Amino acid sequence: MEKLVIRHEDWCKNCEFCIRSCPKGALSAAENRINAKGYPPVQVDYEKCIACGVCFNVCPDYVFEIAEVSGNG
Amino acid sequence: MLKTIPKACFIDNKYCPGCGHGIANRLVAEVLEEMGRDGDALAAIAVGCASLMPDTFGIDCVQAQHGRAAAVAVGMKRCRPDKLVFTYQGDGDALAIGFSETMYAAVRHENITVIFVNNGNFGMTGGQMAPTTLEGQRTTTSPRGRDVRTTGDPMNIMELLKPLDPAYLARGSMTSNAEILKTKKYIRTAFEAQERGVGYSFVEILSPCPTNWGLSAMDAVARIRAEVVPVYPLGEFVKKEGL
Repeated sequence: MEKLVIRHEDWCKNCEFCIRSCPKGALSAAENRINAKGYPPVQVDYEKCIACGVCFNVCPDYVFEIAEVSGNG
Repeated sequence: MLKTIPKACFIDNKYCPGCGHGIANRLVAEVLEEMGRDGDALAAIAVGCASLMPDTFGIDCVQAQHGRAAAVAVGMKRCRPDKLVFTYQGDGDALAIGFSETMYAAVRHENITVIFVNNGNFGMTGGQMAPTTLEGQRTTTSPRGRDVRTTGDPMNIMELLKPLDPAYLARGSMTSNAEILKTKKYIRTAFEAQERGVGYSFVEILSPCPTNWGLSAMDAVARIRAEVVPVYPLGEFVKKEGL
């Protein structure tokens, strides 16, 4: 099945373009941690995510991928 | 549909959070990859924020002098007409310092593609006023807002290039998923125009500059929608037959 994968969490700069663009409200910024660049990285709520790829299209920092994963990933 | 990062975007970019350059880089890389030309494309890169691109972009680039990217691209295209040659420039580079090169490449109908990222100021040097700065917009060199009586009107490059008989002219933006996909289509058509040898193709991309506009990334996107697009309308302005 196709699944949204956060491929490069450390590249996220917390611009929130993906969070505001997500049609399902599945994305949010992590609250209690920061990435290597010093920003709270984006995180996915897989209960809501439908792997539509909007976040991939709007992300300026190449954080996401829609990838083929086996089973429930 | 599976979506993977294009091979040319092999490392994290160095742009500010929310900067449109990251998306523009990826769109160019995706289009070239889809056309199967990412291995033999050549880019002439401007000075400015665009000059951060060669460090993080896996396609052969030549760093041109300030404003001269179009002239450098013309040289490359004339020597190697088999290559897909494009320039990647900001508004300070292509319309202020390099206005002559940008226009004369169009006057001579050079078979190159110009990717022009318009964020309304000189981003890298600290947000000074550029030819594309809107009336009343505050920048570090127009602290009371741009006064068109002394500095002239915002420059609409589409209107200037239209009479020069280019092959393809389009302006896209990055304000939403739909606009980004449209912009990608414009870039694709521009490269196809070059591939078929139709002539000069030019794509302008309205891009947010949250750092120098003093706005959050999302407020910068909202500003493009509310203030920039009414002055610089989106769409395809020239599309020669067969494209």
